[in-house]
Amino acid sequence: MTKRELQLRAYEIRKTALETIQAAGSGHIGGSFSIAEILSVLYFDKMNVNPEDPDMACRDRLVLSKGHCSPALYAALAWKEFFPKEHLSTFRKIDSDLSGHVEIHVPGVDMSAGSLGQGLSTALGMAMYGKNKGLDYRVFCILGDGEIQEGQIWEAAMAAGHYQADQLIAFVDNNELQLDGPLEEVMSPYPIGEKFRAFGWNVIEVDGHDIEQLIRAIDLASVTKNRPTAIVAETVKGKGVSVFEHQVRFHGGKPSEEEWKIAYAELDRKIAELGGQKHE
Amino acid sequence: MQSWIVKSQSWGAKNMSEQISTRAAYGRALEKFGEDNNIYVFDADLKSCTMTCYFAEKYPERFFNIGIAEANMVDIAAGFATCGATALVHTFAMFAAGRVYDQIRNNVAYPGLNVKVIGSHGGLTVGEDGATHQCIEDISLMRTIPGMTVIVPCDAHETHLATQAILQAKGPCYLRTGRGPVETVTDGFSDYSFTIGKGITLTDGMDVTIIACGLMVQEALKAQKLLEAEGIQARVIDMHTIKPIDKDLILKAAKETKAIVTAEEHNVIGGLGSAVAEVLAASEPVPVEFVGVKDVFGHSGSPKELLERYELTPKQIAACAKKAIGRKK
Repeated sequence: MTKRELQLRAYEIRKTALETIQAAGSGHIGGSFSIAEILSVLYFDKMNVNPEDPDMACRDRLVLSKGHCSPALYAALAWKEFFPKEHLSTFRKIDSDLSGHVEIHVPGVDMSAGSLGQGLSTALGMAMYGKNKGLDYRVFCILGDGEIQEGQIWEAAMAAGHYQADQLIAFVDNNELQLDGPLEEVMSPYPIGEKFRAFGWNVIEVDGHDIEQLIRAIDLASVTKNRPTAIVAETVKGKGVSVFEHQVRFHGGKPSEEEWKIAYAELDRKIAELGGQKHE
Repeated sequence: MQSWIVKSQSWGAKNMSEQISTRAAYGRALEKFGEDNNIYVFDADLKSCTMTCYFAEKYPERFFNIGIAEANMVDIAAGFATCGATALVHTFAMFAAGRVYDQIRNNVAYPGLNVKVIGSHGGLTVGEDGATHQCIEDISLMRTIPGMTVIVPCDAHETHLATQAILQAKGPCYLRTGRGPVETVTDGFSDYSFTIGKGITLTDGMDVTIIACGLMVQEALKAQKLLEAEGIQARVIDMHTIKPIDKDLILKAAKETKAIVTAEEHNVIGGLGSAVAEVLAASEPVPVEFVGVKDVFGHSGSPKELLERYELTPKQIAACAKKAIGRKK
């Protein structure tokens, strides 16, 4: 895919995620929108995955440790054709496998998540297994910036440095907001990069909505030996829709009728600009 | 000497050669059955206590010390299991069941991963280290997690067989071992065989049934002798698997002996006694008496002193047996 197409796919993921949340009546918009470019670059450019064989042993893996951003991951997987897009309308419903937080039993999902702070350890386990078996797959992990307040993240950071887990590449989605407010007010984790560096990580700081920077960072991480990589991505919570951006209430809150309209109009405009299909 | 017999050097075993701790037996069994190159072993700076040291020495490439970070250990193991590994995590029962309950619940049991949680130093007989290290809630905590198998072997022989069985079974499992050396009793029964979920009738009797797990099986056998001297025939069941519990065996015992005593080195709330009572209450209500820690914390002391203080003794089991018999309708 070209960079324009990857940018377009990020907006398509946002729109699909929003439709998924609207059909469900609830879901996490802000954090889903802040990781759209990361997911687009991973699934449509960088990750070795095969929707025909979702469990293939040599595949690259992704642990969405901030498991509440399932709408974005499920949207990306649907666009990747792990399952039909129509299936997304069952999200959060009683008979669906698409629970509120990501589920390992969904095709394309490599690990369940929901209880924050655990995904980095799990991703590290996958990376250590690969290294032990001589399988050179990469393991990606997406962490929330609020999530790294959990102490277990730093246990995993220490162990990943210790075991030189160079197949592990962790993104920190640094959108600067958490459920109760700005991270700076609730509990500052800053500086993030320096903390990972102190545990022996390769740290790359990027604009998390810049396709080119994300591609370069992943390429660099992939050739880094003996050190795991943390890609600290500066992002905007609710990115792509003016009324959602930087709004704490869209961590898990519901838009008004007016806001739904604005959101779809803005996403459609952006998608059209990037050469995609309009919202029907 | 059979291959599973290991003298516990760390417990002054030189004068008690017939007594072996279940953790030592586990360590040797893991070493013996650990040849499959998809078995991975994790410890949190306790390898000489949980006895994973033998495996670590034999298979260093499949042993990972995660340091004093139990939460990280469990989730790393979960990551291995998603790739098809059989992953075994080891720490004291207190930290396995208590400290990392969420990791086990959400990242092991919920995704149904093949992670075995081995909690050593279970119960009061940790001894002198005191209450912070005496886990009397682990059976209860682990039993309440959907899909979790819970096993508490009573002696070295049974631990050996249980270890072999859990390595062959798929899915999440909690296995409790103990710190101190215990008598080996199960190898004396000719028709003994170990199957997960199947209790074992060690002695037959029609007056009362004692259902025990862990080191209380040995105490139950002593109680059976005390009762026999008074003309009471007690059936003793070794219920090594607390979940899935052997309902058929419990119901058969209830129908035939009409009085039950449970005995466990655990809080009387939520453990073996509760599991047995749940089965009985649903279809065969008979009098039940519970021998266990009576909802209080432990204390420093020698294992023997603690078992006396908290009434985990043959005498107490026998007294409860008589009480249960007295309550028969």
